[in-house]
Amino acid sequence: MNLLSGLFNSSLGKKFLMALTGVALVMFVVVHMVGNLQFFLGREVLNHYAHVLKSNPEILWPSRIGLLSCVIIHITMAIWLTIENRTKRLTGYAVQDAGAASLASRTMIYSGTIIGAFIVYHLLHYTVLLQSINLTGRDFSVFRDVHGQPDVYRMMIIGFSNSAVSGFYLLGVGLLCFHLSHGIWAMLQTLGLVNETYRTTIERASVIGAGLLFIGYASIPVTILTGLVK
Amino acid sequence: MNVTLKVWRQEGPETPGKFVRYAAQNLSPNMSFLEMLDTVNETITKSGEEPIAFDHDCREGICGMCSCIINGEPHGPEKKVATCQTYLRSFKDGETITIEPFRAKAFPLIKDLIVNRSAFDRIIQAGGFVSTSAGSAPDGNAIPVPKQHTDAAMDAAACIGCGACVAACKNASAMLFVSAKVSHLNLLPQGQTEKERRVLGMVEQMDQEGFGACTVTGSCEAVCPKGISLNFIAKMNRDYFGALLRGSPKATVESV
Repeated sequence: MNLLSGLFNSSLGKKFLMALTGVALVMFVVVHMVGNLQFFLGREVLNHYAHVLKSNPEILWPSRIGLLSCVIIHITMAIWLTIENRTKRLTGYAVQDAGAASLASRTMIYSGTIIGAFIVYHLLHYTVLLQSINLTGRDFSVFRDVHGQPDVYRMMIIGFSNSAVSGFYLLGVGLLCFHLSHGIWAMLQTLGLVNETYRTTIERASVIGAGLLFIGYASIPVTILTGLVK
Repeated sequence: MNVTLKVWRQEGPETPGKFVRYAAQNLSPNMSFLEMLDTVNETITKSGEEPIAFDHDCREGICGMCSCIINGEPHGPEKKVATCQTYLRSFKDGETITIEPFRAKAFPLIKDLIVNRSAFDRIIQAGGFVSTSAGSAPDGNAIPVPKQHTDAAMDAAACIGCGACVAACKNASAMLFVSAKVSHLNLLPQGQTEKERRVLGMVEQMDQEGFGACTVTGSCEAVCPKGISLNFIAKMNRDYFGALLRGSPKATVESV
């Protein structure tokens, strides 16, 4: 059996592609959070980190293209599978019992859709630096620190000081972590990495890991909104 | 005890169906669910109407014929039992019980509560067997098998093919059934020769029959009357991707 036709034509193959891109995206989400948390180490550290990331286009652009490809494959497979799955039961039940299926597992396509919209906004907000959507009336692209480098620290403080922006950010990362609370263990299951010995650990680690990611991401806008860092 | 039944009645595959209410009275709480349906059917027959058609055979939980969605759950409220081993004591006196057929595109309805589960047979025909001659019973331990493999193979082989996993799944996926049938042979030495052809063939047939994909919700495992574990799905995924990466041939009769 041809590998490519096996991947794209079978239900398992599509799931496999979703899970593989899921692994890459989860790794990015973890690294991105660790990077963000340098906010708490102060302006100097955070701006230096941002400078290191952006000053190597040979690494930056392949990474961006790789991530974007993962996002596109992940979304394409999700839509494809959802459309196919919706045709598998023509008459529904009069009495529905969700049974053991968790809310997160039943709503992956919805949480995913909102996360997709959030990613677009987030990129326009902090990467493209589109002034009209940051709701502060400030142009983030002109912020410079004492070294003449982009002042990411100041951008974060001013960006998150708007409660509507922070609210949408918290909703976005909240749904992302909700998505991952099922997604992490489901992707390992799809890749065949779950067995009897590790299953409980993996299921719990998935929920706890998603919770820790939420705390990590949410800590920054919450700290700024409550005025703990100015 | 007395209960009210709300039963899906449909004369045939093409005719529209509807729920019909029946009063079931003077029942013993120790009657099985199917015995209760028998009693109701007697009354219906005496009144000159068509009795409720439902699947059943052994009535001791091993044949996989009985089905039904009882109050939204395949095989009713009790865990790890089929409808035949569900007793009226699991319901409240005076309760209204909704009984529906298993719903899936791959399980077309035949009549009332009976659906056609032949799709499962065709999946088995696509690889759920061992082609070698089994011969007479071998000496014990002549073929070494790790204890954990025999245990897991027995757990997988416990699948009675009732289709509750498909009925419970939001995608009508047959992954739990297929993974049990793939695993119980793929775990044993006799199944190794055809391991890859088996998993590729059975998954391909599963897709062709119109079952959905797995979202790992775990609802199949929760309703399975034999407690088949999701771990078998992970094992089947491993076998499938191994076979895919090694480029094993498709399972067709010609290639055997």
